[in-house]
Amino acid sequence: MSNILAEDTLVWHLACSEVDIPENGGACALIEGEQIAIYNFKRRGEWFATQNLCPHRQQMALSRGMIGSTGEEQEPKVACPFHKKTFSLKTGACLSGDDYQIQTYPVKVENGMVYVGL
Amino acid sequence: MKKKIVVVGNGMVGYKFCEKLIAKDTAQEFDLVVFGEEIRPAYDRVHLSSYFAGKTVEDLTMAPASWYAENGITLHLSDPIVDIDRDAKTVRSHHGLVESYDYLVLATGSAAFVPPIPGVEKDGVFVYRTIEDLDMMQHHAKKAKKGAVIGGGLLGLEAAKALLDLGLEETHVIEFAPRLMPRQVDDAGSKMLQTKLEELGLKIHLNKNTQEIRGNGAISSMLFADGVELEVDMLVISAGIKPRDEVARIAGLEVGVRGGVIVNDYLQTSDSNIYAIGECALAHHMIYGLVAPGYEMADVVVNQLVKDKDKSFKPFDMSTKLKLIGVDVASFGDAFIQEPNCQTIVYENSAKGVYKRINISNDGKYLLGGILIGDAEQYNMLLQNVKNQTILPPDPEDLMLGARGGKEESGAGVMALPDDASICSCEAISKGQICGEVLAGNNTLDAIKKCTKAGTGCGGCVPMIKDLINETMKSQGVYIRNIICEHFDYTRQELFDLVKIKGYRTYEEALDGLGHGDGCETCKPAVASILASLWNEMILVKGNDTVQDSNDRYLANIQKNGTYSVVPRIPGGEITPEKLIVIGQVAQKYGLYTKITGGQRIDLFGAHVSDLPAIWEELVNAGFESGHAYGKALRTVKSCVGSTWCRFGLHDSVSFAIEIEERYRGLRAPHKFKSAVSGCTRECAEAQSKDFGIIATEKGWNLYVCGNGGVKPQHALLLASDIDSETCLKYIDRFLMFYIKTAEPLTRTATWLNKLDGGIDYLKAVVIDDVLGLNKQFEDEMNMLVEAYRCEWKEVVTNPELRKRFTHFVNAPHLKDPNVKFEPMRDQIKAAEWVK
Ligand code: SRM
Ligand SMILES: Cc1cc2nc3c(=O)[nH]c(=O)nc-3n(C[C@H](O)[C@H](O)[C@H](O)COP(=O)(O)OP(=O)(O)OC[C@H]3O[C@@H](n4cnc5c(N)ncnc54)[C@H](O)[C@@H]3O)c2cc1C
Ligand code: SF4
Ligand code: FES
Repeated sequence: MSNILAEDTLVWHLACSEVDIPENGGACALIEGEQIAIYNFKRRGEWFATQNLCPHRQQMALSRGMIGSTGEEQEPKVACPFHKKTFSLKTGACLSGDDYQIQTYPVKVENGMVYVGL
Repeated sequence: MKKKIVVVGNGMVGYKFCEKLIAKDTAQEFDLVVFGEEIRPAYDRVHLSSYFAGKTVEDLTMAPASWYAENGITLHLSDPIVDIDRDAKTVRSHHGLVESYDYLVLATGSAAFVPPIPGVEKDGVFVYRTIEDLDMMQHHAKKAKKGAVIGGGLLGLEAAKALLDLGLEETHVIEFAPRLMPRQVDDAGSKMLQTKLEELGLKIHLNKNTQEIRGNGAISSMLFADGVELEVDMLVISAGIKPRDEVARIAGLEVGVRGGVIVNDYLQTSDSNIYAIGECALAHHMIYGLVAPGYEMADVVVNQLVKDKDKSFKPFDMSTKLKLIGVDVASFGDAFIQEPNCQTIVYENSAKGVYKRINISNDGKYLLGGILIGDAEQYNMLLQNVKNQTILPPDPEDLMLGARGGKEESGAGVMALPDDASICSCEAISKGQICGEVLAGNNTLDAIKKCTKAGTGCGGCVPMIKDLINETMKSQGVYIRNIICEHFDYTRQELFDLVKIKGYRTYEEALDGLGHGDGCETCKPAVASILASLWNEMILVKGNDTVQDSNDRYLANIQKNGTYSVVPRIPGGEITPEKLIVIGQVAQKYGLYTKITGGQRIDLFGAHVSDLPAIWEELVNAGFESGHAYGKALRTVKSCVGSTWCRFGLHDSVSFAIEIEERYRGLRAPHKFKSAVSGCTRECAEAQSKDFGIIATEKGWNLYVCGNGGVKPQHALLLASDIDSETCLKYIDRFLMFYIKTAEPLTRTATWLNKLDGGIDYLKAVVIDDVLGLNKQFEDEMNMLVEAYRCEWKEVVTNPELRKRFTHFVNAPHLKDPNVKFEPMRDQIKAAEWVK
């Protein structure tokens, strides 16, 4: 299941400037009252965004997790700092064997500013 | 014509019978029909207790219902057999099914024996045999406070441990005999066992005869023959087993006086078409209450049915090892044989709670049996010696005491066993079979489990299997490398050397030069730790911040609600009143919970990430430094008050502790490490439980290394005695550098030493005799690291770029996380409970 919406129903929200998000790491932005984790995957030249809430123990923590990739397909992932459950940054699926699913969001970077589509 | 086999009972042994028959490819020869009384297919009763520790029914299930279908077995569950018509050769089930048979296999197991005590029917009284029993206990335990177990044998003690795990405030064990585990353990061993169990929190009552279970509907107390009454609201009866022979009885098969279906050496009952196996069978005048002999019985019957080979059931070894966590107990071979029929060697150490006894043949050649309490590491080896009639070495006590101080290579012993030595008795797998599979490429534990089933029963042989795999691989010249993860094909030690040679200073450089892919949460902190140990640069610069483990990244430990803890360094545990006041003021100002830690310092909990820099600014200004409570680094050097005040003190332990703490502060290593200095042998600083510990002597200091508390406590070992302060520091420098360079990630010094070939003797040779010729280099490297030390928090509070990273919202730096919740408790706060 893809939770990326069709472009025309998306509203792009300005989140922060590019330099606010550490390279190869994440940070959390408050958008429309929601906590959104934004990741600057510099190594791959890609940006990702997910919910900040880890579904395991309901902690607002994913933005503080380490990112990386796994498997033949180099699936990009984030590991929650609390108990290291890992989630795909592409699909939001839990990669460490539990039945969790997190929300992912589209991100675009224009003129040094980061936008998240909700 | 196909013949039909009907199996009555789908427990562990009934299942194993099916599995063994299917393995012989008999689908063309036999139809197999199974009747089980329980609602689910056979499960692992041996590990029933792990159900309370989180194992699920699926985990415990031997094979799912689909397995029976796939193999053409008709399985009727919840439908016990109630009658056998031996003339018509049919059985009738509770639901009225009538099934004909050519061969009937009774595998009805046993039930808990419940003595006829008035009141056993009351609510809150349980037996411990099935998953349903456990579900009911778990439900009842929620409202129960005091529990008891009748029976101090193998199963009774396991049930008692289960009650402890269920969270009962008090658990009593009631034993009729004058000692615990009367069938496996002798008097002295039983006393030692009792002490150990009492330490675990069990209350043990011996020579107690329960006369009545009292209570109005539900149990409220137990009355004993000596007039004593004990209040309890939960009771588990575990006073032995009673074979389920009721159907056999009705059918007129011969049964024993005290129960059990009588069978001959081929496990045939008095009707030669009917077999009995497992705990319902009375073979050699006894009931074998263990799973391994049951499996062997299943094998014997399968062999007869397929007329494979003429195999009979021989008297079976009843050696056992108790699975209780916290206390090792094992008995093997002929445990009770006494002088003059043998020679007995006993080792007793009441301080450590260890009792060992071995019985040796009078000619000193063979091991006959023995008992191990408190430390059963040698159990498998000893058992193999008994079974294989191995000729004993000249000092047989070495066998029982094991390799002391890591002197011997672990695992070397297993290779000395003959090829036909049985390693897994549950599945009857020999050493030869396992080594053969390893050579054929099945060289992991999982692969061995899959292809031989060894290690899948009681699990007691797993350590031996691992040793066999490693030793076999070694003998093939294959060195098993523990590579870091999918992104680096190197061991930590290799990576450490390579990063040093190449001079890499960032994770990205190391990944580009030595790894592949994008990295992950395993290799990032491992490489970060190597970089820190090599160069001791500020860990949050050069893009290395996002490869740190979360605690390192925020220089604080994350807590249950997403807030952090603040632990300033208090070297040696010494602090001025002025500094104490500052801690109090900071805690007040930022609303923090304060607690004295187990490491002689003060922890402040509940800090919002955005408050951390301000909090530390105030602490740094008052002269505090980071305590590195978050890092795999030096934690604390504890001290006792020492000769400045204490009337027994030999040297000034506080000054030395402070000197040591300031020398190694901030030093990063594969795992955290701790130290302590005691002013005399009374050891008030607990130095012998530390990664390195120092104790004052008349002539100087004794240096101990590689101890720890934590998950698997281990005492430190003496490295050098009566040395002066300067030598002591030199030895510590060398020891730490050697550890930092060679240990695998997240390995404490104790575990590292346990794996080090040659153990403490080798470590002494390196650190003291310089056999590697590296000591000069070790000391130089350590001096470089000591020189490079700077307080991380001081750097953050004075660097606006670094400070900026300590926010919850990048786009609203002054807002705190609204999800953080606290609750009041004893005039302070605590983190709100999280969802479980
Ligand atoms: C605060 C403290 C408990 C207390 O209230 O007293 C504590 C708290 C934590 N301990 Fe500890 N340990 C504390 C003393 C100990 C001790 C006792 C001692 O040091 O004398 C031990 C056993 C001794 C030993 O380590 O050998 C101890 C054995 C552990 C272990 C198990 C280590 C092991 O090798 O088995 C862990 C887990 C780990 O490190 O991986 C651990 C991990 C933790 C962590 C860091 C868990 C975590 O990652 O969140 C806890 C968070 C601390 C925090 O937020 O500040 N803590 N911990 C103690 C801090 C001492 C200090 O001043 O730094
Ligand atoms: C808590 C606990 C811990 C244990 N720990 C160990 C250990 O560490 N090591 C060890 O070796 N052993 C241990 N055991 C013993 C081990 O579980 C048994 O030896 C083993 O289960 C015996 O297998 P079995 O098939 O003969 O009997 P069971 O597993 O009892 O199976 C018999 C089955 O037959 C069913 N049945 C009975 N009558 C009928 C009927 N008329 N029709 C149809 N079905 C019927 C029963 O309901 C049951 O499901 C432990 C047992 C318990 C309870
Ligand atoms: S013992 Fe466990 S719960 Fe207690 S502080 Fe240490 S890690 Fe935390
Ligand atoms: S809270 Fe995220 S893994 Fe547990």
